[in-house]
Amino acid sequence: MPAAAAPVALPESVDEVLQALADEPEAMILAGGTDLMVEVNAGRRRPVSVVSLTRVRELAGWSRDGDEVVLGACLTYADMERGPLAALVPALGQAARTIGSPQIRAAATIGGNLGTASPAGDTLPVLAALDAVVETAGPQGSRRLLVGDFVTGVKQTALLPGEIVTAVRVPLRRGRQEFLKVGTRNAMVISVVMVAVVVDLDGRTVRAGLGSVAPRPVRARSAEAFAAEHADWRRGAVASPDVVARFGQLCAEATSPIDDHRSTADYRRRAVAVCASRALARVLPPEGVHGDGGPSDE
Amino acid sequence: MTFRLTVNGRPRDVEGAWLGESLLYVLRERLGLPGSKNACEQGECGSCSVRLDDRLVCACLVLAAEAQGRSVATVEGLSAGDRTLTDVQQAFLDQGAVQCGFCTPGLVMSVHDLLDRNPAPDELELREAISGNLCRCTGYGRILAAARTVVERRAAATPERELP
Repeated sequence: MPAAAAPVALPESVDEVLQALADEPEAMILAGGTDLMVEVNAGRRRPVSVVSLTRVRELAGWSRDGDEVVLGACLTYADMERGPLAALVPALGQAARTIGSPQIRAAATIGGNLGTASPAGDTLPVLAALDAVVETAGPQGSRRLLVGDFVTGVKQTALLPGEIVTAVRVPLRRGRQEFLKVGTRNAMVISVVMVAVVVDLDGRTVRAGLGSVAPRPVRARSAEAFAAEHADWRRGAVASPDVVARFGQLCAEATSPIDDHRSTADYRRRAVAVCASRALARVLPPEGVHGDGGPSDE
Repeated sequence: MTFRLTVNGRPRDVEGAWLGESLLYVLRERLGLPGSKNACEQGECGSCSVRLDDRLVCACLVLAAEAQGRSVATVEGLSAGDRTLTDVQQAFLDQGAVQCGFCTPGLVMSVHDLLDRNPAPDELELREAISGNLCRCTGYGRILAAARTVVERRAAATPERELP
């Protein structure tokens, strides 16, 4: 009979993590702890064993891989909110900086945001807008799923027993990005509404991800198509206020918000429209992001 | 369960703990370090701010057993010896930044953490740095004044570099 597993496993590789989860199928997976420990402190969850991911080097940090960045599951928001990664994926940096407080951002991870899969998960609308791909590892090997397929419902994911998130692959897009969030203050707030709008100047698309307005992150496809159709792509501009307003309306129509203790469905729809319009006017401003000489790096 | 933490540079053995105990609980109830305050137990208030491997975190959101092998620094370890204060603590007193005092250890930790990384923060950086620390007495004005005082005193104490 093997020795009883330690109640806290501190594996140092993904293989060791998967083995620890195979040994202790009921184990709770711990990364930054900012979701799990709230539940434990409140007595809502009582762990009998824990598998910690924080010592796994493969899961830390991020790297550039061609026209993508690969974010390790244990990358913290503090690592995302400024520096070279925030320059490469500005909307993700903006979203990261709105999360919690410096203390929370020093601990909480992008893999945890995905694993928890809260409708209010702050990075999820950005990842959805960018068509980021979640990489998982498990007993049956590794898988890749679009964020939109990974999150299956309110705090529900496509993770199978014994599987973990190992990384997120985020495509790099040339063009401006904006993330806006409504809450009762600038820190320590669970979002009432989130809007991420990303421009792809090369693909000539506008991408809109919405959060806290449906069980899962929402892509506002008809709003995206409308904006792309009405943008002046030579200048990178949306000059008409009517287009900006209509884009906001179409984003609001893509949502299915609820009334809850943080807000009402009506307010959420209204706030999405305002934020989406504001975001579009920033990423494709009336004066354009290009000079008249044609496409350039802004 | 039994494990060893390193707290303020010293090894501390924890015995008979329950798996789910937070670092905050272990510091206060098992190791006799009540400087980190327990208020919200959900990371909202910052009163339990400690440094874990040089990152400022809420001790209530750290699983204590997971902190084994890491370096934990609490408010008790800030000053060099008994009855001495750090410049941040002194500035809090001088500026009247302490009223009921419950949030003070966390705020002192946050201001130290900020000024270690950024010796000349602007107003927004200062406010952002303490955005995870709730104070219900002061309205933050005296706390911000204390932080600015530390910045000024440290700048004054640093000899100006000769211009090339």
